[in-house]
Amino acid sequence: MKTWDAIVIGGGHNGLVNACYLQRAGLDVLVVEKNDWVGGAAVSRSLTPGFLYSNCSYVCSLFRPEIMRDLELPRFGLQVIAYEGGAVFTRDGDYLANYRDHDAHRREFARFSKRDAEAYDRYARDVTRQCRFIQPLLMRTAPDPTSLKPRDVGELMYLAKKFHDLGPSQMAETLRFWTMSISEFLDEYFETDVIKANFSISGIIGTALGPMSPGTAYVLLHHYMGEVDGSVGAWGYARGGMGAITKALSESFQASGGTIRIGAEVDKVLVKDGRTTGIVLANGEEIRGKLVISNADVKRTFLKLVEEKELPDVFLRRVKNFKIRGSSGKVNIALDSLPEFPALPKDAPSIRGDLHFTDSVERMERAYDDWKAGRWSADPFLDMMIPTTLDPTMTPPGKHFMSCFVQYCPPKVEGRDWTDADRDAFAETVISQIADYSPGFRDRIIHMEVRTPRELEAEVGLTEGNIFQGELTFDQLLFNRPVPGYAQYRSPIGGLYICGSSTHPGGGVMGAPGRNAAAEILRDLSKPTRHMSPAHDVI
Amino acid sequence: MTKTAKKTSSPYAGRIAARGHFRTLRLDTPFQPRIDALMKQNDWYSWAGYRAPASLWDEELEYFAIRSQAALFDISPMVKYLIQGSDAEAFLNRVTLRDVSKLRPGRVHYTAWCDDEGHVLDDGTLFRLTDDAFRLCCQERHLPWLLDSAIGYDVSVVEETEEIAGLALQGPTSFAVLRDAGFEGVEHLKIFDLAGFDHQGGTVTISRTGFTGDLGYELFVPANLALSLWDRLMEAGQMRGIRAIGYTALNRARLEAGLIVANADFTTAEHALRANRARMPDEIGLGFMVDLKKGHFNGSRAIEAARKTRKLGHILVGLEIEGNIPAEHAIVYHNKKKEVGLVSAAGWSPLAKRNIAIASLSRPYGDTVNDDLWVEIYALRELKYEKMMKRAKVVERPFVKLPRRMANPPADF
Amino acid sequence: MTSSDAQQQVASRWTARHDVIVIGGGHNGLVCAALLAKSGRKVLVLEAASEFGGGARTEELAPGFRVSSVAHLLNRLHPDVVKELDLEKHGLKFAPADAVPSVSLSAKDGPLTLTGAYGEGLVGASSAEAAAWKDLRAQLFRYAGILKPFLSRRPPDLRGKMSITETLALGQTVLALKKLGKEDMRDFLRVILMNVADLLDEQLTDNRLKGLLAFDAVLGSHLGPRSPTSLLGLYYRFAGEIGGAPGSQLVPKGGMGSVVAAIADAASKAGVVLRTDAPIIKILVENGRATGVVLENGEEIAATTVVSAADPSTTFLDLVGPRELDTGFVRKISNIRNHGDAAKLHLALDRLPEFAGVDAVGLKGRLVIAPSTDHVERAFNPSKYGEFSAEPVLEITLPSLADPSLAPDGACVLSAVVQYAPYRLREGWESGKPKFLKAIMGALEKHSPGIGKTVRHAELLTPADIEARYRMPGGHWHHGELQADQMLMSRPAFGAEGYSTPIDGLYLCGAGSHPGGGVSGAPGLNAARRIIAMERQS
Repeated sequence: MKTWDAIVIGGGHNGLVNACYLQRAGLDVLVVEKNDWVGGAAVSRSLTPGFLYSNCSYVCSLFRPEIMRDLELPRFGLQVIAYEGGAVFTRDGDYLANYRDHDAHRREFARFSKRDAEAYDRYARDVTRQCRFIQPLLMRTAPDPTSLKPRDVGELMYLAKKFHDLGPSQMAETLRFWTMSISEFLDEYFETDVIKANFSISGIIGTALGPMSPGTAYVLLHHYMGEVDGSVGAWGYARGGMGAITKALSESFQASGGTIRIGAEVDKVLVKDGRTTGIVLANGEEIRGKLVISNADVKRTFLKLVEEKELPDVFLRRVKNFKIRGSSGKVNIALDSLPEFPALPKDAPSIRGDLHFTDSVERMERAYDDWKAGRWSADPFLDMMIPTTLDPTMTPPGKHFMSCFVQYCPPKVEGRDWTDADRDAFAETVISQIADYSPGFRDRIIHMEVRTPRELEAEVGLTEGNIFQGELTFDQLLFNRPVPGYAQYRSPIGGLYICGSSTHPGGGVMGAPGRNAAAEILRDLSKPTRHMSPAHDVI
Repeated sequence: MTKTAKKTSSPYAGRIAARGHFRTLRLDTPFQPRIDALMKQNDWYSWAGYRAPASLWDEELEYFAIRSQAALFDISPMVKYLIQGSDAEAFLNRVTLRDVSKLRPGRVHYTAWCDDEGHVLDDGTLFRLTDDAFRLCCQERHLPWLLDSAIGYDVSVVEETEEIAGLALQGPTSFAVLRDAGFEGVEHLKIFDLAGFDHQGGTVTISRTGFTGDLGYELFVPANLALSLWDRLMEAGQMRGIRAIGYTALNRARLEAGLIVANADFTTAEHALRANRARMPDEIGLGFMVDLKKGHFNGSRAIEAARKTRKLGHILVGLEIEGNIPAEHAIVYHNKKKEVGLVSAAGWSPLAKRNIAIASLSRPYGDTVNDDLWVEIYALRELKYEKMMKRAKVVERPFVKLPRRMANPPADF
Repeated sequence: MTSSDAQQQVASRWTARHDVIVIGGGHNGLVCAALLAKSGRKVLVLEAASEFGGGARTEELAPGFRVSSVAHLLNRLHPDVVKELDLEKHGLKFAPADAVPSVSLSAKDGPLTLTGAYGEGLVGASSAEAAAWKDLRAQLFRYAGILKPFLSRRPPDLRGKMSITETLALGQTVLALKKLGKEDMRDFLRVILMNVADLLDEQLTDNRLKGLLAFDAVLGSHLGPRSPTSLLGLYYRFAGEIGGAPGSQLVPKGGMGSVVAAIADAASKAGVVLRTDAPIIKILVENGRATGVVLENGEEIAATTVVSAADPSTTFLDLVGPRELDTGFVRKISNIRNHGDAAKLHLALDRLPEFAGVDAVGLKGRLVIAPSTDHVERAFNPSKYGEFSAEPVLEITLPSLADPSLAPDGACVLSAVVQYAPYRLREGWESGKPKFLKAIMGALEKHSPGIGKTVRHAELLTPADIEARYRMPGGHWHHGELQADQMLMSRPAFGAEGYSTPIDGLYLCGAGSHPGGGVSGAPGLNAARRIIAMERQS
C-alpha cells in the first residue's frame, strides 16, 4: 500500500493552499474531499441550468497576494474584478453610497453631514494605523506566551517592540481600539446613523456579535486587511464565481504533481503510539500517510475524526470549549433580469458593489438580539450583491445571479433543529426586505437556494455553519486560536496538523492559515521554504 | 453632561438634489468657463477634488507673468471656514498659534494650528473681517476639529468652500490692474490689509496677500459674482499683461518666496499614517508663530515641553545647491556619508539665478551643524541616472526678497 | 454678621494656609485628603452638599426610615485604606461573621445560597454543581488575585516613566502568572477578555448560580453577560475584599454613611479641614497651573495643589473649562461613556417581607433576582435602545435587619440596585419612571407575594435622579463605564490616566480614575500616593 508524504483532509481553499505549498516542497501530497467537487466554501456551483452560484463565500479581497503569486493563481485562470461602489439604502427613499473616489466619497457623506464628510479622513487614518499594526501578524505563527523557547520569546519581543514603536498615544489608542465595539468606535467620529451603519457592516459580518459588542472594532480590521491588486481594503468578485479561486488552486496543485480524490469522506484519522499513520474513509478504505493535515474545523477534526482517548484531557476540554457559532445564512437567487432600485440613479456605480438595507446601528443590533434569542432576524441585515453586473460568465445573457448574505441566522431555531418550513420562512424575510426596495423583485426570481447553518454544515462541513470556523473574539485570537498551547498548527498527535480557518489568523478567503501551517510542517521536516514568499513589508 | 455635536445635516430635499455628484468626480470652480476657454494644454490636476490647471498654455511664460506682469490664479479650491461670534477671537486664540488679539479687523495673518501633541494640523491664512468675524483659509479640511474646539465658546463655524470663489492676482502690475478695474481705494491696502469693495451689487474682499513673494492681492467673492469679477480684471489688465496661470508656475514662484505647502513640505498630523511623520511648528520653520505668552492654546504644553527638553528632532531649511540641476526629493548628507534629511521642493530660480531647495533635516544638521552638507541628485537623462553629489548651503528664506511686495503706495507698473 | 459672612471670614483666613484643596467629599476625596494630611500637608475638603459621602451616604427615606443612598453593600474597601487610615480606631470594625450570603431567587426552583465569603459554601444546588462551583470559584479567585495588585497601583505608564518600584511590581505580575503553571496561565490568558456567559456555560449547569454570577459580572456596567469582556466585572468584584476575605460583602451598620463617617473622622483627626455646602464652580488655572478654586458664592480659595474627586467630565469640561485644555483632550473626555445603566430602589415597608425558601440568615444577605444568564441578557437588550425591561434584574438588601435603627420597630427598609435602567430613557423618565417602578414591583411580587401592599413609601432613583442628586453626570456610580477600553491607562482617558492631568498641580482622585468605582477608596489612595511622589520629584 502506498504511503503518502502528506494527506490533506478537505479541499477548501486553505487545504488546497497548504497542499500546494507542501507539494511544491517536494512532498507527495493527496487531498481528499468528501464532496464531488473541491472548493469547500469557495465554490461556483451550477444549481439551475445555465447559472453559476457563488453559493457560500461571495467576495474576494482578503486572499493574500503573496500566496497568489507563489501558487501562480493568475496563470491558472484567477481573475479578480474590483467592485465599483456600494450603497446602504435608507428608509426615507434615499441611500448612502460608497465611492472609490476620495472626493466623491466625501461629497456623498456631505449630503448627510458636512461634519461627517470631513471626519472621514481622520477615521481612515486611524483605521489604517490599526491595520498597519495587525497586518504583518497575519502571515506569522503566533508565539506561545507560556513558552521559553527562543523562537517564541523572540516573536513575543517582536510584538512588544512593534507595539512600543507606536509611541505612547498610539499605544493608548490601540489598547482602547482592541476592546471597543464598532458602534462606540464610530460614535467618536460620526454623527449620522446611516454613515455609522455603513461602517459597522465590516465589524459584524461572519460573527455572532452585534455592532454594540465589545471587540467588533477589531473584526472591522479583519475585513479591511485585504488587498485587490495592491489596493488595500478593496473588494472584488472572482470571475466565474468564488469557485474560480479554488479551481485555480486545484489546478496549480495538480500541475505541480499533486493528487486530488473527490467523493472521499474521511471517517477517521489513524493514530498509533501517539502518531498518525493515515486516514480511513467512510467506505472503510485505509490510506496511509506520514502526515495528515486537516482543513476541517478544530471541533470536527478532534471530536469527530480522532478518538478521544488519543487526546490529552486539557486539550480536549479546550477544543470542546472552542466557540463556533453559526450566525449567518445565505440566499442565492437566479434572476430573470436585473432588479431595479428606484432610489438609485440608473447610472450609479453602486449596483456593481455591495448593497445593504440596514440604515442604522440600532436595526443591526436588534437583528442580533433575535439571534441571541435563537431566532432568525425579523429585520435581517443583508450584504447583497449582483456579481453578474461585472461578470456575465456566470449566467445566460441578460440574466443575473444575486448573492444575499444574511445575518443573523442561528444554528438552531429556539433550541431545535431547522425544518424546511423554518427555512422557507427565513427566506421570506429576506425576499420581502429586498422587495421593499425593489418593486417587482419577486417576479424576476427564476430559482432560489436558501442556506441556513443547517445546509452550510451538511454540505461544506462547517460546524454550525460558521463561516470563520470559529468566533473571532479575544479568547480565540492569536495564541488562543484555536486553543491555547496548540496555536501553531500542530496537535497533540505527532504528524497531525490543522490548517483551516479555526487557526490563526482566522476566517475569510485569505489562505493565510493554510500557508502558515505549511511553513510549520516544512519546518518540522527541516525542508526549505524558499518557494514561500515572506509576508509583504508594511513600511 | 451632554456631548456637544453640532448638527450640520442638510435637509432631506437638498440631500436628494445633491446625489448626482458621482457623475462629476472633479468639480468645476466658479471660474471654470473662463479657464476652460483659455486652456490650451488640457493639463489638469485634481486640487482637493476640483479640476485645476497645472499649466494653461506655456508654464514658463506663466511664471514670467507672475514676476513681470500680472498673473491670475484660481484659488477657489482652498478650504474656507467662516468663524463668527462674540468668542471668535478667543476661540481662534485657543486653536491657532499666533496671538489673534493682535490681528485687527481689516488685517490678515499667516498662521498654523496644532493638535494636543503640538503637531501641525495645517497652516493657512486668517482674515479678520470684523471684530467677531473671521475667515480661515487652508489646504485641508478641519470641520470636526473646529467644531470640537468650539465647545465652550460662543462661536459658529461654517464651511463655505463652495460658496466663496477666490482669485489670486499676483505680479508687479497687479495693483495697477485693480486700480484700473475701478477698485477705488485699493492703493491704501498695505501688505496684509484687507477691505471690502463693491462689485455688481455685492462685495469682493480684497487683501494684499499672496503666495508668490511678489506684489499681489487675493480676492474673495460669492460664487455667483465670480465670472463678472474675472471679466472685470481681465478687461482692466489687458494692457498690463494679465495672464491666467496654472499651478506649475505658481509653485516655482512660491519656492522662490520660500513658502511651504502642507502635505508636500510637511505631513499634516491628521494625514500621518506613521505617527513619527508629524511635525511641530519649530520643525517646519513655523516656530516664529508660536506665542507662548498669549495663554493656553492647542499644543502649547507639548511645544513648550519639547523646547525645554530639546525634543525637536527636525528642522526645515532653505538650501542653495551648487550647479543648476534641480534636487527634487534628493537625500541630504553630511560629510557625503551620513544621511541627514530630504529635499521636499527644489528648482532653478530664474529670479535669483540660483539652484534652490526646501529641505527637512534631522537636528543638529541644519540647526547648529551647517557645514559639509551635500545633496545627492539623481538626474535621469535619456534612461540613465547621472548621479552627483552637490554641495548645499543653508540659506535664509525667502530666497528672493522683492521690495515691491511691501512698498507703499504700491508701485504703478 | 450673617453666618455666610462669618464663613467667608473664616475662609479668607484659610486662603493662605492650604497646600491642597480636595474637591468633593465622597469616600475617595476623603481618603485622598486624609492621606495627604498625614503626609504633612494642610488639606481642605470642599463638599457641595451639606453632608459628606457623595453616593455613599445614609439618608432619610421616610419618617423613621433611613437607607444607604447609592452604594448599599460594602465589598471592596481597600485593606491599605483601612490600614493607613487606621479605620478600626475610627469606629469601623469587621468580623468575618458580618459577611452576608448571596441568595439567587428563583420562583421555579427555589433559592440557591452562596455562603461564606462569596460562595465558600453553596446551599440548594446538586453536589455535582457544588463541586463544579468549587473549582470555578477557586479559578476565578486565583485569576482575580493576579489582577488584584493593580488596584492599588498607578496604571502602567505608556510613556515609560515608571519608578523602579513600579517596574518591579509589573515584573511581579509576570512572575505570578508564571507561577500559575503553564496550563493555568494559558487559561488565564484565554478567558481574560471573555464574556461571562460562555465561561459559566463551560463549567456550570445551575441557572440560578449562573444567573447570579452573570448579574454580578455586569452589575453597574452597560454590558450583558454575552458581551465580550464582561468577565472582567467579576474579576473586579473578586479582587475586592473585606476583613481579609476576598469577595466578601457586608451590610454596614448605620448604612454606608457610617463608613464615610469613619473615613471623615480619620481625615479630621489628621488635620483635614472639612467644609460642606461649598459647591465649586471653577478651578483656577494660571499659566497652565492650577492655583485654586472659586466657590459658587464667588469666594476664591488658593492652593498649590487641587485634587478633584468629581467625575472627569465635570472636572475638565465644567470646572477647568475647555479653554485651558487641548481640543483632542476635550474630545477624549467628551467621549468617555458615562451613562449609568442602574437604578436604585428604596422601599419603606410595614413589615419584614418574606421570600419563599429564604431563611432569616438569607434575608440578612443579598437577594438577587437574576434567575438565569439569559434572563439577565434579555433584561440588558432594551437598555441598548433607551428602554427598560419588563422583567428587570435586581439585587435586594434589607439593611434594617443588620441595623434596626434604620427603620421603626417592626417595619423594614428595602434597598435594591436595579440593573439596566438607561440614563436616557427614550420616552423620558417623567413618564417612564412609574412604569419602570411597576415592572420592578412586579418582579418583587413574584418572589415575595404581597410585598406591594406593605409599601409605605417608595423611592426610585433613576440614573437621571442620581446625576442630579449626587452630582454624578450620567448617574454612573463608576463615574464612567468600567469596561476594558476605559480601564487602566485608558481611565478616564489617556492624558489624565495616572491621576495627574494636563494641568500642573491638578489631580484626579475619584472613581473615574483607575481602578474605578465602588466603595474602595482605591482611586483616592493611589492619587494621594502619586501626588506625594510627584511633589517629591519637583
